[in-house]
Amino acid sequence: MTIEAPVVAHPPGAATVPSIGRARGAPLRREGPAKLTGLAKYTDDLVFPGAWYGATIRSTEPHARLLGVELDPGFDWSRVVVLTAKDIPGVNVVSSIQEDQPALVIDEIRHHAEPVALIAAPDRGTLREARRRIALNTTPLPPVFDPLEATQVFATYEIGSGDVDAALAAADVVIEGEYRVGHQEQLYIENNAMIAVPRGDGGITIHGSMQCPYYVHTALKRALDLDDSQAVVIQEETGGGFGGKEEYPSMIAIHAALLAQRVGRPVRMIYDRHEDIAATTKRHPAIVRHRMGVSRDGRLLAQDIEVVMDGGAYCTLSPVVLSRGILHAAGPYRCENVRVRGRAMATNTPPNGAFRGFGAPQTQFAAEMQVNRAAEALDASPADLRRRWSYREGDVTPTGQVLRESVAAEEVLERAVEASEFERVRAVTRRAREARPRDARSASGIGMALVWHGAGFTGSGEVHLASVAGVELGSDGRIRVLVASTEIGQGTRTIFPQLAAEELGVPFDDVEMAPVDTSIVPNSGPTVASRTAMVVGGLVVGACRRLKAQVEERTGRPFAESYGDDARTNGATRVDQRFEPFPGVNFDDKTYRGDAYPCFGWAAAVVELDVDLDTAEVTVRSVVSADDVGKAIHPIMAEGQVEGGTLQAVGYATIEEIKLENGRYLNDRLATYMIPTSLDAPRITAILVEKPFSGVPHGAKGVGELPMDVVAPAVVAAIHDATGVWIHELPASPERILAAMKP
Amino acid sequence: MTAAYRFQVNGEPVELPVPGMRRLLDALREDLGLTGTKEGCGEGECGACSVLVNGEVVDSCLVPVCQLEGADVRTVEGLGDPEHLSPLQQAFLETGGAQCGICTPGMLMAAGAYLDAGGAAVDADIREAIAGNLCRCTGYTKIIEAIALATERRPVQRP
Repeated sequence: MTIEAPVVAHPPGAATVPSIGRARGAPLRREGPAKLTGLAKYTDDLVFPGAWYGATIRSTEPHARLLGVELDPGFDWSRVVVLTAKDIPGVNVVSSIQEDQPALVIDEIRHHAEPVALIAAPDRGTLREARRRIALNTTPLPPVFDPLEATQVFATYEIGSGDVDAALAAADVVIEGEYRVGHQEQLYIENNAMIAVPRGDGGITIHGSMQCPYYVHTALKRALDLDDSQAVVIQEETGGGFGGKEEYPSMIAIHAALLAQRVGRPVRMIYDRHEDIAATTKRHPAIVRHRMGVSRDGRLLAQDIEVVMDGGAYCTLSPVVLSRGILHAAGPYRCENVRVRGRAMATNTPPNGAFRGFGAPQTQFAAEMQVNRAAEALDASPADLRRRWSYREGDVTPTGQVLRESVAAEEVLERAVEASEFERVRAVTRRAREARPRDARSASGIGMALVWHGAGFTGSGEVHLASVAGVELGSDGRIRVLVASTEIGQGTRTIFPQLAAEELGVPFDDVEMAPVDTSIVPNSGPTVASRTAMVVGGLVVGACRRLKAQVEERTGRPFAESYGDDARTNGATRVDQRFEPFPGVNFDDKTYRGDAYPCFGWAAAVVELDVDLDTAEVTVRSVVSADDVGKAIHPIMAEGQVEGGTLQAVGYATIEEIKLENGRYLNDRLATYMIPTSLDAPRITAILVEKPFSGVPHGAKGVGELPMDVVAPAVVAAIHDATGVWIHELPASPERILAAMKP
Repeated sequence: MTAAYRFQVNGEPVELPVPGMRRLLDALREDLGLTGTKEGCGEGECGACSVLVNGEVVDSCLVPVCQLEGADVRTVEGLGDPEHLSPLQQAFLETGGAQCGICTPGMLMAAGAYLDAGGAAVDADIREAIAGNLCRCTGYTKIIEAIALATERRPVQRP
């Protein structure tokens, strides 16, 4: 067999058969064999005999008064259940930060595809027919689509330090820019899916695809007026989330539960792709205005930043998305004079919500554009400028946070620069650009970016969450980890047994994971904010330490040798570990001063690409991403996070765009909303840097969101390197590049 | 009148008395209980429902059963079981080619067809072979690595 070049490179050792059950020193994915054989059960794979099919009747206007839901008298409604707002037994609200979003419209429709009524039928044919026989009687109201013209404010924040106006006035060079980023769809490949099953106690059991079982639990209790034990939420195998299954599953679960209670049978609410794109949350669009003052000798003097985010029609998570956005807006750079002002506005478009990065990709796109433009203005290397400006240990952020430890800006930068040969390639592209003939058909470019990402919840969020993780030694001698943190592809179900096994000194296979079922596991908080490995992982290790100490005290022997005996003699032992505030980490939610995050992750990326000078099509050839994750618990899975996040960011930078018409998403199908295929994907080199965080026993900081923040500005910098034009709006589509290149 | 359609699934004969326009995807998942094949978009864009029909990779959401008379249909359930993974499945497990797992069955079918056709560990060729299968988790990096690894572990075939 002849192998042609270029062949696929393997990490060292990967081409040989590893020892059983491990690869590159880490255990194999726990549920991998089930996923690889088709045996893993996702929600739509579950069979509930006698289940009915549910559907949502949605608005077709962006803003209107709802006068009534009209049923065609010519249709036989006896075999169909129809519910509206008045049929909700509890409070008609989807619990979140504000209580503004109803589960079903009461009288005012505030966005296209808003849920107005629910129907269920015993078979799909009847359901389909019934859907066509329902009409909404409405009167249109004037809509607002532009967040700059909107008047209803969901949240505002301001942070700052020093005297920005004086420093800008004294600066030799002021770089100004307005940057716009649009909606992005999470596009998990498994659509949202919920099945509600009535319980004997009058409650409901939910089986579904989700990131946050206890969010769904809280929402169900409130809308259906259930007590803690009547609402049971079970996360089934979940085919991706990326933030998109943080909030909206609560809505769908309420809908399915309302129907199931009325029908008295299980009800399936399985979205198809069109409904999932049309109705569920997207990344917040943002407009960022940025002024940066620098001295001629290349010192960063001041940054003045204004952030406007489009929250859509309801508040959802907009305040915390905005908060993270403004806290990251000045980038990972030492600067005495900083002012960041932000507001999240209400418009008559579907609500925006959580998506990997959570506000930080929007504001750091603008920040890194500014740094790259400053390098151009100063005729400096973008790498050199970042070397001079980036945070070191001991530096102080705009909220007054002293970066006491775990600062790896310099290290990720050097690793990415070295692996990509940034300066050598940059010299080549520069010479090529200068010598380029007028009729050249293509151009190559290289670009970079550097970001930080606060690990865990913002501010005192983790203190308020007060998460709990458990570990249990059963009377049968089985060890189980109990958490509500979900496996959504990132590796939760593998790294927790791995951490527990290491701490207890037992084999990986001897630690089980309890099913994610709210009647079994404690509330370890939502699976968001890159907090699972760091925060919940720390709780798991803490619980294991205490379990180990208890057993060893009773038996006088090492845990691994004695836990079986201990279980037989003393029965079950369960240890729950509750989150304790990180020592020395303090944040004032009112003044926005203090430690915005317990620590930060750091990432640098270098992108190489080609631009077709006739069509302005961009081919991203390679991305080197160096990411500081504190401690890589499972290197293969951590790399997997970097690689996947990198490609989502390449999509964000180049092709992913939602077009709106009268408040409706026009490209609400997979045929029209494009994400990168294997042919669009660059060669991705993930470099893991480990600068541990001392606040958790295992040192991990989280990796999920970092790669999403860093790539888009590096892509646009590389487009500039190739073509000489700056694109201020994402995606940097061929249309925008061509328009910018027009003489 | 509904005819009965006869074809083979993973080597087993099946006879389905269903409407001819029933999607192969629904026939597999609902009539035969083979839920390993997934629905991601229902319009032939994502490839999550990829299966082999007479050795060709097809989107089972676009294939009506009336086109299958006598056909040989292969799904992920025919590849291996958790205790006896196929070399391709094993390669995915070791390299981290499956994350959330929802694209994995379709991806395995497309990759398997590439291996069966004698495909080599050539990056561009592997990318072409799985271009109809969307993955949102991996950036395709470790999927390509897995397929390359499987080609190298394949016994060398001599003409």
